[in-house]
Amino acid sequence: MTSGNLAFAEAMRQINPDVVAAYPITPSTEIPMKFAEFVADGRVDTEFIAVESEHSAITACVGASVSGARVMTASSANGVALMHEIFPIAAAFRAPIVFGLVNRSLGAPVNIHCDHSDSMPERDSGWIQIYCEDAQEVYDTVILSVRLAEHPDVRTPVFICQDGFITSHCYEPVEFLSDEAARGFAGTYERAYPLLDVDNPVSYGSFVMSEDYFEIKRNQIEGLNNVPRVYGETMRELAALTGREYGAVERYMTDDADYVVVVMSSATGVAKDVVDSLRREGVRAGCLRVRVFRPFPADEVREALEGKLGVAVLDRSASPGGVAPLAAEVKSALYDCETRVPVKDYIFGLGGRDFFPSDARRVFDDLSSGNFEPGVRYIGLRDKCAAAEECVI
Amino acid sequence: MSGSGLLKCWQDVPPGTVTFGATSREVETGLWRSMRPVLDAAKCVSCLKCWLQCPDASITTDSDARVTGIDFFFCKGCGVCAKVCPAGAISMCPESDFLSAPAEASRGASPGKAGELFGA
Amino acid sequence: MSGLNIKEMTKREGPLCEGHRMCPGCGAPTAVRQAFMGIDDPIVVVGATGCMEVSSTVYPYSAWRVPFMHVAFENAGAAISGIESAHKALRGRGMFRENIKFVAFGGDGGTYDIGLQALSGALERGHDITYICYNNQGYMNTGAQRSGATPKSASATTSPAGLKLPGKLQRPKNLTEIAEAHDIPYVAQTTLHNPMDVITKVKRAVETKGPAFVNILVPCPLFWKIDPADQAQVCKLAVDSRFWPVYEVADGEYKLSYEPKKHVPVEDFLKSQGRYAHLFKRDAVRTDLIESAQRDVDAQWEKLKMRIQSSQR
Repeated sequence: MTSGNLAFAEAMRQINPDVVAAYPITPSTEIPMKFAEFVADGRVDTEFIAVESEHSAITACVGASVSGARVMTASSANGVALMHEIFPIAAAFRAPIVFGLVNRSLGAPVNIHCDHSDSMPERDSGWIQIYCEDAQEVYDTVILSVRLAEHPDVRTPVFICQDGFITSHCYEPVEFLSDEAARGFAGTYERAYPLLDVDNPVSYGSFVMSEDYFEIKRNQIEGLNNVPRVYGETMRELAALTGREYGAVERYMTDDADYVVVVMSSATGVAKDVVDSLRREGVRAGCLRVRVFRPFPADEVREALEGKLGVAVLDRSASPGGVAPLAAEVKSALYDCETRVPVKDYIFGLGGRDFFPSDARRVFDDLSSGNFEPGVRYIGLRDKCAAAEECVI
Repeated sequence: MSGSGLLKCWQDVPPGTVTFGATSREVETGLWRSMRPVLDAAKCVSCLKCWLQCPDASITTDSDARVTGIDFFFCKGCGVCAKVCPAGAISMCPESDFLSAPAEASRGASPGKAGELFGA
Repeated sequence: MSGLNIKEMTKREGPLCEGHRMCPGCGAPTAVRQAFMGIDDPIVVVGATGCMEVSSTVYPYSAWRVPFMHVAFENAGAAISGIESAHKALRGRGMFRENIKFVAFGGDGGTYDIGLQALSGALERGHDITYICYNNQGYMNTGAQRSGATPKSASATTSPAGLKLPGKLQRPKNLTEIAEAHDIPYVAQTTLHNPMDVITKVKRAVETKGPAFVNILVPCPLFWKIDPADQAQVCKLAVDSRFWPVYEVADGEYKLSYEPKKHVPVEDFLKSQGRYAHLFKRDAVRTDLIESAQRDVDAQWEKLKMRIQSSQR
């Protein structure tokens, strides 16, 4: 039995990265703590830099990665926000950092529990974002991501997101590869233009005028564009070792479903349970989990949702004054459908507010009753204006 | 500004914002110059003070470390070399003296009083 | 330390080459050129955001003959930490050369102010790096704003001399002493008064095992309002007036690198630059502020002398 954090740390131990630079923040702290133990016990030969801030953590990671080292780190919430400035730089430098992002609400007010308000603001930073449902998936995704991020056609850093405390701290059975198998799969990192090659000197981070900036950014975007192909190839190879395969989306009983709930990360388990119950009651319910959020698998989402009678999108973060991130993506993906798919957006679980089966059931009830009024609905929120039964939490 | 021949399509841009070492040697910063340092080889004692102090690495030397001249492809005409030369071997002359077309008059913020203090 | 022969140095190609876009007569490229003149080993350089970084890397050109990286403004200390650590991890595998040295530089903006935390972290962690501050006493890349290094009474664009205020009201922080307080093996302060002082100190810093910090005062002709040609002379005045004492601290032992022979009032240093012109207006000479500057210089000098004395016990 292990937790999401410890599964992440175990994968790190097996991969034995060259450099880890990290700064503690709840709920991701366990990852660098556990890893520091591995360093102290000589179980890895990584250069572990216990830096003085998250900003320096990600900066040191960029420096090490550009140098030619395989690099990993972890953070959460305000730590992620402090790193914000450096994320697009890491992506532009094509630094394939593997980053354990343990989702936690972004203050204020201070709250240590899960929502996605820390990772979602980074969705346009040029990184790959993968959201895991459980600890096993966290482990498998770390092993996968090293190869994915470092692939010559991708060369893009990756956030491996897991829900703070829910996934990061709950113990569940996790199956690990042998150290040899994990290391063999990960292989070695070969960087194009490593900074440490003093005989072939290059400069990173130039000042670029309008006449070249656009081309450099477009070149960078191609790395993300290549992710679906490389992800598929790499995932199949890993699945041959583990017997577990994860797509960019997970379709749970969506093929013949009338009503589908779209959700990410750990809350998917609750939604799937409710789908099972509803199926027994004769309701054709389904659940679509979006696992890879960047690059967004729009084609797969459209394919899964086209022709449905109703779709509910559950976001665990808000975009104040706008449409929440997952809802915006799903609606955008469905724009090309010939027949309009009715979509209703919901926000749930901010600051670790629990998401109960009764909440999921109410969402399906909305869909089947054709309740598609415009405007977002908040799940589990105490609201004077809401119907009495919705205030019960 | 990069020369038009250097502009690349996005597919051909090196990844990672990379540029290559010492490529700025293609950049003719000498075009900025309004005053030109003129070296009097007869007076020069090759003490290398100008070489040490030149912000633009524009003092040229031979294999015996003797000063051979000034690289006008790069020299911006700041005049540091003339000021630090103990032998008075370098004098600053308007670029217009070297062009057929009249050069633009030198501009810029009024300097402080260092000139007075140093008896310039 | 291996011998320093200027003639030999001319045969070497310096890490910073021609074609950079720094202003004519700027002290920063002079400082960077001199800094690297005595170093034999291959180096990797990190630059904090600033004039020097921007002007040396205008795409698609680079004025760096050695590997160079710029990440952002406030994190040169962290970036060089990551590179040095990567080298530690990778050198054993024969992937890269063994003897690489790691140097970060920043202006006073990137070092005294926004980058102080990353610098402090790097010094505390003991990376084998050298950090050079080219200190022109203000934010020049954005147009001569005041910084934590700007001297009292200097007119900067965010502390302008006006009808009411006489330029910057506060004294600068002493970053060299802040660096020294990290108990690192080598700290030095110098300026462009004497190239050999810069060359020797940076060479010593780079060859020292562990973190080293060198603070180089460099004139910005635009901010200081001096004739670009006068950079060396103004630096000489800074040293002779004791405005900027040149010294080093090796393993805790302070040593003055140069003691001015005759007394030069700080007024001479101030007068040499347009940024203090408001102190010297005809009929309105700010004798009070000039005297206060002299008192500050004297007090700072006494403090330094005491440190020298007590460290040599």
